[in-house]
This record gives sequence, structure tokens and C-alpha cells, in this order.
Amino acid sequence: MNVQSPIAQHKISARHVNVFYGDKQAIRDVSIDFDRDVVTALIGPSGCGKSTFLRTLNRMNDTIPSARVEGEIDLDGEDIYAPEMDVVQLRARVGMVFQKPNPFPKSIFENVAYGPRIHGLASNHAQLADIVERSLKRAGLWDEVKDRLSDSGTALSGGQQQRLCIARAIAVDPEVILMDEPCSALDPIATAKIEELIHELKGRYAIVIVTHNMQQAARVSQRTAFFHLGALVESGSTSDIFTNPRQERTKDYITGRYG
Amino acid sequence: MTTYEHTIKVFDDEIGQLRGLIAQMGGLAEQAIDDAIEALKHHDLETAAEIVRNDKKIDQLEVQAEELAVRIIALRAPLADDLRDVVAALKIAGVIERIADYAKNIAKRTPLIDSHGQIEPLSVLPAMATLAIEMVHDVLDAFAARDPEAAQQVCARDRAVDDFYNSLFRVLVTHMMENPATIGQVTHLLFIAKNLERIGDHATNIAEMVYFAATGTHMAERDRGAFVTRQGE
Ligand SMILES: Nc1ncnc2c1ncn2[C@@H]1O[C@H](COP(=O)(O)OP(=O)(O)OP(=O)(O)O)[C@@H](O)[C@H]1O
Ligand SMILES: [Mg+2]
Repeated sequence: MNVQSPIAQHKISARHVNVFYGDKQAIRDVSIDFDRDVVTALIGPSGCGKSTFLRTLNRMNDTIPSARVEGEIDLDGEDIYAPEMDVVQLRARVGMVFQKPNPFPKSIFENVAYGPRIHGLASNHAQLADIVERSLKRAGLWDEVKDRLSDSGTALSGGQQQRLCIARAIAVDPEVILMDEPCSALDPIATAKIEELIHELKGRYAIVIVTHNMQQAARVSQRTAFFHLGALVESGSTSDIFTNPRQERTKDYITGRYG
Repeated sequence: MTTYEHTIKVFDDEIGQLRGLIAQMGGLAEQAIDDAIEALKHHDLETAAEIVRNDKKIDQLEVQAEELAVRIIALRAPLADDLRDVVAALKIAGVIERIADYAKNIAKRTPLIDSHGQIEPLSVLPAMATLAIEMVHDVLDAFAARDPEAAQQVCARDRAVDDFYNSLFRVLVTHMMENPATIGQVTHLLFIAKNLERIGDHATNIAEMVYFAATGTHMAERDRGAFVTRQGE
């Protein structure tokens, strides 16, 4: 959390966010903050709007023609939906990791180098190689791939691919990392590695993770937000949500009494 | 409190089993205290010996409850009120086991007290025991019903048991001073009174666990009957 100023400014502040797909409303009046150095888990039943909401945070919904977003989302106090906002720049600052690892059909090196190159973060190959190495190290993948950087990213195991995608996301030096069920296709060991990585990355970024695994939410996050039918029902410290939720609907969901 | 069931039905069965074990342990512990005091009253060494033997049964049930609670935590990963419920059951099983130990301790002292009504304070112990047994009984009912108010009421009654103990303490000390020949036996009576007082404390302790399990918040200090035993501590 930001402690420099007396009025702590949140990394991301969402206010009265509504999202529509055509006439269908998928997100209803959601207001929530996200801070640096904090992992926030978004939980809730399938179809409640977690992914939709997550995508509003870096304007990924722009790519869906029927989607319309209302309300205000500020990144460091700046409205990301303002006309002057550079969306490419925004997505570098707010990176995203998806449910299925989606490396480009290119070399491991190129997968990570792509972002820094298009954002002009390196002025020569040595600098670029440096960024690639640092990102792969931070993603806990360097030792496993350092001798095969020119192999295709798609030749890696699922867990390695997911860490490659995380390396790709952090290579452009983002401030926020969004993860949509990043472990749902991984085995417990690969999952544990990603969770450990999330823990290590936490200090540098604000991390927002969607997960269906209550234990995973409990393990990796400090704050948890429960969504239901497009609304934010309850958010609070993860330990409060999992030991003593305030709302009956939250309790019913996390204890498996839902529906 | 939501009453409808979990999507995974076996989970409800297992929680039910765990609560059943606690109820069973509680019933045995109450019986043990009651029998111990009866045995003491009638100097019934046979019954006293049986209480000591039966304590193993309660120990076994505690082991079963612990195993089941650990299994539920491992396999079902309970959360929120379910988690608090299982943790409370685990702790309560341990406390009932200790309550039963106090009953056993009373039974073990029975052969050493051969008063046949000569020691007048002996007549007060059964009333004190009745209070303590009621506390144990009612607090386990409160657990079964997940009733935080009933738990609070049990706490309020601990003071009466403490008062009993404090007055017994004075009476017994006076008795010892007046009848030095009985010091050995009366000391045992004093320990028995102390055991009953501790049983009341343990019931209070369970009440706090029941309250937390049911509400997710801790009982306010003033409701806890945190009454200091002033003498003989
Ligand atoms: N591209 C789209 N076009 C139309 N409706 C959509 C689209 N994407 C999502 N929806 C609808 O919006 C609602 C929220 O969907 P969303 O994918 O955000 O849910 P979710 O909480 O992420 O679910 P899950 O846990 O299954 O991933 C759903 O009713 C869904 O059908
Ligand atoms: Mg989703």
C-alpha cells in the first residue's frame, strides 16, 4: 500500500463500473481498489463476471465489439477510459496472463523480447537479451530454458509455458498484473511454482487473480473479492473472508452451500 | 445461520459424525462426574474403580474425534463457519477429555476419604457437583444447537461454582484447624472441590469456543464470567 502520502492513492480505483454485452448487463455497479504489494483474488460462481471485470482493468473488453463499459477506472489517478489514453501503453502497464498458456509460435527468446522491442525498452540487442534474462529469472524459468532460448515457446510444458507468459508480461515492466485462472490447466507442482512466483512478484506489482480454487485464493492473496451475478458482494482481507465472511452469500459460496 | 445442506452431502455426514462423537463424550463425562460424587457420598469403591476404568473410553473417543476432524480438514478443506465448527469440535473434544480426568481424579481420591458423614462439608459437594454437571450439559447442548446465547448463559453460571468453591475452602480450612486429625482426608475433599471448580472453568471455556464457532467473534470480556478465584488458588 502506498504510505508516502497521507491520502493513500490506490494503484487502481474502479468506481461504479457497469459492463454490458449488447443489452445484457454483466457487471453491476462495482467499486473496488487495488494496491501495489497486494494480491487480490476475485472469486465467485461461473458466469458471475470475474473475467469481464478483470478485462475492464486494461481495456481488453475493447476487443469485444458488443461490450460497453461505464463508470470510471483510474490507474494512478488517471482515467484509463479517457480518450487520450494510449491503449497499447496501458496494456504494457497493466499486463495480463490468461487461463491457457498462450505463447507465440516463436522462440522462447522472442516471446519475451517481443514486448520490450515494440515498446522501445531496449536500444540494442545486448540490452534486450538482458531484459529477457531478467524476466525469465523473475518468472523462475531461466534455469530451465537458458540453454534452449531459440526453441519454440510452444515446445515447453504447460507449467513452463505459463511461466513464459508471466515472463512476457513482466518483461515490459508493468505496474499491475492481471491473471485469469492462471493455474487451471496446470498440475499441482506447476501450480505451486506459479503460486510461489506470485508471492515473489507481489512486492513489485499490484496483482489481481481470478481463481476458482478457494485454497489457492487463500494461499496467494491478501485480499479477496466475491462476485455474484455481476455484483461485488463483499471484499476484505482474505483471512476475514475465509474465516468469517460478513455476507451470507459469500459464506454459502465458499463453504460449498451455493445453489 | 444458513441451514441448507452442502452440495457435497458426505461433508454433512462427516460433520454430523464429529458432532455425534462430541455429544457421546459429553454424556460420558457428565455421567462420570455424577457417579464420582455418588461414589464419594456412599464410599462406594466399586463404582469409583469403574469410573477410573471407563475413562479410557472417553480417551478413545477423543482420539476418534481428533482423527475425524483432521480428516475433514484435509479432505474437505472447510471454510468460514464450517471451519470454525470443526476447529471448535477438535478443541472441545480435548476439553471434555480433561473434564473426565477431573471426574477420574475424584474417583481416585474416594478410597482415601472414609468419613461416613463425619466431615460435615461433604454434604455441600453434591450440590456443587450438580451445578458443574449442569454447566457441562448445557454448554454441550449449546454446541449441538450452535446457540451463542445459551453459551453466554453457561458462562454467567461459572460464578456460582466459584462462590461454592470459595465458601467451601473457608469451611474446610476451619474444619482442619478445629480437627487436625482429619487434615489428610479434608485435603482430599479440598482437591475434589477444586476439581469441580475447574470443571466449571472448562465448561466456560467450551462456551467461549461455541460462541466463536457460532458467531465468528469472541465473547465480550464481561460475558465470560472471568471471575478470579480469590482464595485457595
Ligand atoms: N463476449 C461475450 N459476449 C456476450 N456475453 C458474454 C461475453 N463474455 C461473457 N459474457 C457473459 O457475461 C457474463 C459474465 O461472464 P464472465 O466470463 O465474465 O464470467 P466469469 O465469472 O469469468 O465466469 P467463469 O468463472 O466461468 O470464467 C456471463 O453471463 C457470460 O455469458
Ligand atoms: Mg472467467
